[in-house]
Amino acid sequence: MTEVMNDHWQEWKKIFDFRHFRILQSKNKMDEFDIAFIEGAVASQEQENQIKKIREISKKVVAIGACAVVGLPANQRNTFTPEQKESIDFLVTRFGMLPEVKKLSDVIKVDVEVPGCPMTPEVFLEKVNGLIDEFKKQNAFI
Amino acid sequence: MHSFDLTLDRITKIEGNASLTLKVVDGKVADVKFAILEYKRFFTEAMKGKDVAAMPAHLARICGTCSNAHIICSIEACENALSIVPSPQTMLLRTLTMHGLMIRDHALHLYLFSMPDVFGKDAFLDLDENNPEEHQILHDGFETKSAGNFLATLIAGRSVHATYPVVGGFLHFPDQVGVDEALDKLIKIRPAVLRLINIFKNAPFHFDRKTKYMALAPDNIFGYIKGNIVTSAGEKYEEKDFRSHLEGTVLPYSEAMGYTYEGEGYMVGALARINLSKDKLHPKTKDSATEALNLFPSTDIYYNNLAQAIEILHSVDESIDILSNNKFVHEPVVKSGSDNKSELVGIGVIEAPRGTLYHKIVIGTDGKVLEGEVVVPTGQNQINIERDIGVLVQKLLDESNSASPSSRATLDKDKIVLEIEKLIRAYDPCMSCASHFLKVEWK
Repeated sequence: MTEVMNDHWQEWKKIFDFRHFRILQSKNKMDEFDIAFIEGAVASQEQENQIKKIREISKKVVAIGACAVVGLPANQRNTFTPEQKESIDFLVTRFGMLPEVKKLSDVIKVDVEVPGCPMTPEVFLEKVNGLIDEFKKQNAFI
Repeated sequence: MHSFDLTLDRITKIEGNASLTLKVVDGKVADVKFAILEYKRFFTEAMKGKDVAAMPAHLARICGTCSNAHIICSIEACENALSIVPSPQTMLLRTLTMHGLMIRDHALHLYLFSMPDVFGKDAFLDLDENNPEEHQILHDGFETKSAGNFLATLIAGRSVHATYPVVGGFLHFPDQVGVDEALDKLIKIRPAVLRLINIFKNAPFHFDRKTKYMALAPDNIFGYIKGNIVTSAGEKYEEKDFRSHLEGTVLPYSEAMGYTYEGEGYMVGALARINLSKDKLHPKTKDSATEALNLFPSTDIYYNNLAQAIEILHSVDESIDILSNNKFVHEPVVKSGSDNKSELVGIGVIEAPRGTLYHKIVIGTDGKVLEGEVVVPTGQNQINIERDIGVLVQKLLDESNSASPSSRATLDKDKIVLEIEKLIRAYDPCMSCASHFLKVEWK
């Protein structure tokens, strides 16, 4: 996303209020989101709880990238052989990981998906612009 | 006397998730724990049974931003195992792939993560477009990142998870139109990179302490792919020795493995490279950055930012040379010269943007991977980061305790947090890389 920003930062600066974007800023607010972009798969109960909270406070949730959309490659341990699972089991337990890694839609309702590893910038822009248009139309009726 | 516990759940403006817990008792730092929080995805376990040709793309998924470094390192390990000797053109294209990565990745770190600290802002986008200096830097930042992206995309197919570089060569070759456009972009950003060097040369942050530095250093050029591993104490190790000179250290609270060298922490990354090899930089880089280069060798961690800015300039200058003086032709991929009648072991060692990256692969007689190992820069820097945070906080506490009672109140937790985050950002850690799985004996 920081790379797509190279060509769109001026436009985004005008229309987006980045409420929570840890890679870009220190002062973040987890209060309410029009759009929540979520990367990555769900590997722990703590993450599952966070994701559910984000869903509650977001009008739209967008899953970004293969890990969020289909779970791979983050969930590759789900298909390990019994021997492989046994060899990693002490770490799964030690760090409180879920027995199996989940994709985002296993945990919450996802409104829009941008698949791929990496995601395709054109698809991302198309979906984001679609959501922006949707919000603009809604605001026009308010 | 100050006594408090401080917990930073998530450190901002870095790649991935890390936390910090700090305990201060009677004005003394009693405990520091810098923990990497990215959940393990067991990439090295998942290597087992896969085809060797799939390894570069598989291991690239350890991390988005560093993916092209993992691809080049994995290819080197696979080729060494399979006795494949890449062509001179392939090596040039890999060099350009690494330059595209260095330009993009260092620019991401310097502009988007570290620049806000220089200007006292929370985010890079908070820089003021109506202020001429800040306006210039905003545009410089995105244009520099974009030029690195373009170069990597032209040469390697994508700036992350590149598709053209494979074991034995490249699948696609740049055309002259693309080469000319890349040259235009690189020439255009050169003045921006000089401004960047100037900003980090004059930045008012300093944290000086002694530590050893380590980097892969080619004999005659400043490069990232071939050479010996050298240290600031003059020791030298061959790539084929893999990580025999490093000691792995389990940090029970962290998802990542730490490493020591001769029992102590050490540092890898741009600062190490410039300290050890600044005399081999591109002649134009040396000419244009003379004043900045006079500050090296340095033990000031904040000069890691300056070293990265100098490396961007080197990557720009060398890429311009390579693109101007070479015509790229279609070449077939070199196939393995090995009979594969026994197990094959290959080592790859390169300099990723954040430091020395090691890949090891063991291939069975059926061409499938038996096992592998990956050692990443942030794992190597982890122990130094933790130690430096302790020293930094102690210094802040000592300064506060020796100050008058009225000014002592100014040492609040927000200031400590900001100073700690700035220090961690100077290391440019990457948590996604650090928390891939290494098989360790957990006691």
